[in-house]
Amino acid sequence: MNPTSVTPSPSVNGPVRPPGRRYDSRWWQICCLGGLLTYGLFRLHFDTPAIQVAATIGTALLAQWIFTRLFHIPTFEWKSALISGFGLCFLFRANDWRLAVLCAAIAIGSKFLIRFHGKHLWNPTNIALVVMMLAFNQAWVSPGQWGSGPTLAYAMAMAGSFVVNRSARSDTSIAFITAFAAILVGRSLWVGEPLTIPVHRLENGALMIFTFHMISDPKTTPNTRAGRILFASLVAMGAGFVAFGLFRPNGPIWALAALAPIVPLIDHVLPGPKYEWKRPVVGPLWKGDPHEPMDARAHDRVGQHALGAGRA
Amino acid sequence: MLALTIALASTLSAPAAHSFCGFYVASGNAKLFNKASKVVLVRDGDRTVLTMASDFKGDPEEFALVVPVPVVLERGQIHVGDPKAVDHLDAYTAPRLVEYFDPDPCQMRAMGEAMGMRKMAVAPMAAQDAARERSLGVRVEARYTVGEYDILILSARESSGLEQWLEIHGYRVPEGAGRVLASYLHQGMKFFVAKVNLAEKAKLGYSYLRPLQMAFESPKFMLPLRLGMVNADGPQEMFVYALTRNGRVETTNYRTIRLPSDAEIPEFVKDEFPDFYRAMFAEQHRQAGGDAVFLEYAWDMSWCDPCASDPLSREELAGLGVFWLNTGIAPPGQLGIVPPGAPQFVPPGNPQEVFVTRLHVRYDARHFPEDLLFQETGDRTNFQGRFVIHHPFRGQSECDGIGDYRRQVRDRRAKEAETLADLTGWDLRRIYRKMGGEQAWADPPEKSRKWWDWMWQKQ
Repeated sequence: MNPTSVTPSPSVNGPVRPPGRRYDSRWWQICCLGGLLTYGLFRLHFDTPAIQVAATIGTALLAQWIFTRLFHIPTFEWKSALISGFGLCFLFRANDWRLAVLCAAIAIGSKFLIRFHGKHLWNPTNIALVVMMLAFNQAWVSPGQWGSGPTLAYAMAMAGSFVVNRSARSDTSIAFITAFAAILVGRSLWVGEPLTIPVHRLENGALMIFTFHMISDPKTTPNTRAGRILFASLVAMGAGFVAFGLFRPNGPIWALAALAPIVPLIDHVLPGPKYEWKRPVVGPLWKGDPHEPMDARAHDRVGQHALGAGRA
Repeated sequence: MLALTIALASTLSAPAAHSFCGFYVASGNAKLFNKASKVVLVRDGDRTVLTMASDFKGDPEEFALVVPVPVVLERGQIHVGDPKAVDHLDAYTAPRLVEYFDPDPCQMRAMGEAMGMRKMAVAPMAAQDAARERSLGVRVEARYTVGEYDILILSARESSGLEQWLEIHGYRVPEGAGRVLASYLHQGMKFFVAKVNLAEKAKLGYSYLRPLQMAFESPKFMLPLRLGMVNADGPQEMFVYALTRNGRVETTNYRTIRLPSDAEIPEFVKDEFPDFYRAMFAEQHRQAGGDAVFLEYAWDMSWCDPCASDPLSREELAGLGVFWLNTGIAPPGQLGIVPPGAPQFVPPGNPQEVFVTRLHVRYDARHFPEDLLFQETGDRTNFQGRFVIHHPFRGQSECDGIGDYRRQVRDRRAKEAETLADLTGWDLRRIYRKMGGEQAWADPPEKSRKWWDWMWQKQ
């Protein structure tokens, strides 16, 4: 179940403290991703026709609305759906806009239908990409389309880090990129390649998108910092295996999808509070605070059908 | 001493395209570029057939080729191909120029039709001591003579040993190559070393070097560039022609971008299309930051429109290593020549078994630090580098609408000049000069510009 869509009843919880609901980092996500998409389409001339962009975003929003109605969820979380749609526009490529529709529907559907202990298991964009690539020859991801301009990588890293900081889960991104950089540099040193090679690999725009807008998803990563660092490091190792063991592209995407099912296990071993989009990103969190999301979760109970948010 | 051509070399192409569906105009084939390597990559699943065509023009004794390969190749995996097939593939995929002729505007008017301009023309272009070797840690995994080439497959423990081995055996190893060799060795790669067997060459009677081919199975879908850049003076040019079953091939670690296409350019370009292609590519490469790979052609091999050359025959494709054709269901000849004037479309039910992608890379160590990695996508969208010229109607004709037509031509010519300047970086005034003033019916294009258009222009 998803705390974002829970509206604690004032009669049970007392008045909801406004400061806790001030920030929703998804606004920043939308701004960053929207800007990057515009840049990609108009400056880098992505091979994504307008109809596919419209079909992807439109389907994501429509699917979110349908599932919201179907599960009687009080809040229509359009921001999460829009972010998932943006993510797919960046990464998903197909010849046919109908495949884009299917991909967006899988992304949003996975949030509602594949759940474990009240959390959706896979990042919506990630699972949709993997399912589509496995099911259709005509679907692919173009990891090289961003080029590797250091300026671009820097700009995206900055934009992305701002977002992750606001959602208080920058640790996942930092742990992943650090571990992955260590693997790339370590391998190059081992095989005797110049360091320009790992640097070039790290400048990849698609890797930046993955780091700051996909693996950073607070809804599908472990609830504790130690768990997130462990998870991110495992994904980095998986990505390294795909690239240098299997010699296939899109290592991070495959690794994240393959390892997402161990998140509940990590949460079981390292228990911690679940993430909410609208709670304060800083400040103390302690169990029993009636105004804290912890409390909201206590009311995230059977019968409320609270489902919904997620992100790219 | 043999010069060590550590690179994927290239061959001089045979005569360019012939005529087919329309009038031959011009083609931008690979031989327009100096030292351009041509590589044909046939890939399906983990199977790869690599054809390397060399444009080596010196003494054959001086020729040597060293290519890192992922596996030890058996004799049957190495073959010497037909350069004509590579040249044909180059001509078939080359950027093309097409021309259209305006009809008599008065006659059109008289017919009372607003018909579009009719397409009139198409087409273009177009080892000895074993103990010592052991001490160097170099192992000759295999030794073959294939055609006019002597081929060795080497594995080594240390790059210094390999470097010494090569030098002992008469190869001139460029400075700095050792480190690159070492990095390939650490990745478990072997080295394919080829040099010309003069006796065999004389026996076979070829005056040129035929392309070397190798077939292997490996998940690695890549082309090693780094050895070729060790002693390169300036950027190098490479054309990759990928033949796949599903769809377009793109690079996964560099940006693959499309060459501009369908631009309308001035008539005079017809006479200098090679210059135009070179200048346009240089300008596009510069604008893209020097680190992009250009897609010049992506097409289903069973047809073309317009054709820079006929599609390759089933035999040519098989010669280039398209292994799945033998098990294909298409009857012989179906992938063959399209007769001139024949409709150029695939009849329903015709199997579309081969998709060709032409990639053009201008690389140097600064912009291309790592080898090219590829992936096959499911994209079967056809794309071609195509440029269009429109010839105005030059006949004598007078009617009420002639003034409008002249204005249209003038505006169109001005736009064509600007497009050409944008594409190539050529000076606009020079373009205007080349376009000429012509007659009253088609004023020089600069007339359509205002006086202030020139004022702050850096010329």
